[in-house]
Amino acid sequence: MADRITMRVARYRPEDESGATVHEYEVPCPKEWVVLDGLNYIKDRLDGSLSYRWSCRMGICGSCGMTVNGEPKLTCETFLSDYGDGPVRVEPLRNFPVIRDLVVEIGDFMRKLVRVKPWIVRPNEKPLSEGEYRQTPEEMDEYKQFSMCINCMLCYSACPIYGLDPAFIGPAAIALAQRYNLDSRDEGNEERLDILSEHEGIWGCTFVGECTEVCPKDVDPAGAIQRYKLTAALEGLKSFVMPRSAR
Amino acid sequence: MNEHPAYTPYHPRWLRSRPSTYWWLKRRAYLAFITRELSSIFIAWFIVYLLLLIRAVSQSDASYRQFLAWSRHPLVLLLNVVTLFFVVFHAVTWFNLAPKAMVVRMGGKRVPASLISASNYLAWAGATALVLWLLLGG
Repeated sequence: MADRITMRVARYRPEDESGATVHEYEVPCPKEWVVLDGLNYIKDRLDGSLSYRWSCRMGICGSCGMTVNGEPKLTCETFLSDYGDGPVRVEPLRNFPVIRDLVVEIGDFMRKLVRVKPWIVRPNEKPLSEGEYRQTPEEMDEYKQFSMCINCMLCYSACPIYGLDPAFIGPAAIALAQRYNLDSRDEGNEERLDILSEHEGIWGCTFVGECTEVCPKDVDPAGAIQRYKLTAALEGLKSFVMPRSAR
Repeated sequence: MNEHPAYTPYHPRWLRSRPSTYWWLKRRAYLAFITRELSSIFIAWFIVYLLLLIRAVSQSDASYRQFLAWSRHPLVLLLNVVTLFFVVFHAVTWFNLAPKAMVVRMGGKRVPASLISASNYLAWAGATALVLWLLLGG
């Protein structure tokens, strides 16, 4: 294994350029270095003007998602040594507008996330004197997988539907809606149904499945969407055949 | 930030890149997705063919025989072979999707995805065997 590796980094400096350019940097490649270490080396030693997002360095904050050799990855857990002698190509996440270099604009995702109400909805809170909302381990298991989402947006970057139709509400937002729909303490199913069953909601998904493939937390957004399609179809059927009072 | 921002020297223009025309060739899953989308036309043909068959059967013995003769035409045969391939492709996609859409619990435990898929494939094999038995002189 080489002790240095070439990183080809996509740059976009809106004050000087109208499009992206690729810059090559040679960085050390010890076996414990991840792509983010390489970027930090470039920023510290070679070119301080390089812009990118990062924070925790341990796959929790979801900030450092980028496209590495064509694949959406968290750069804090993608080892440089996995790319042999290189080069390693680093680009911003696809399907998002680029603000600068490797920094993408995430406003669209944030707006969609809020629309699905990713919090516990209860029209009436019980009084504190009645104690906490208790939950069995089985009830927690129902939603736990979906609660692992760190909003890194790799799934949006891998989703061709979102790339072609940015109105699609997208994998992570739907998975997070399911996280709360399946929570025994939540009563917001009906409110979320209206948003999720829109044309740009679950029905926009055609089960490409790449969102699940690239998810660094094994959330399985594709599974969440297919599962919700069944729920929405049954709800639709119920509303068709049963009077409102009997549902 | 606003969805349609006003770009200023202090808020420079975002770079928006369009997906390449050949984006669907870049991953196997994308290719499968596009193939599924395009091949829906064959699924539609399958339904039309079935309706034509039903119409022929309901009309008369002669029209049924005429339909069979037409079905033996090499072009119709070729079209139906291609259609069969895509119907199987869609069926396999559907059966692989089933365990993701259905969460079945037995004795408090979640039934493994492979078992749900397998039960679908078994039901498919059963239905095929029944059709074959009917066709081949049951």
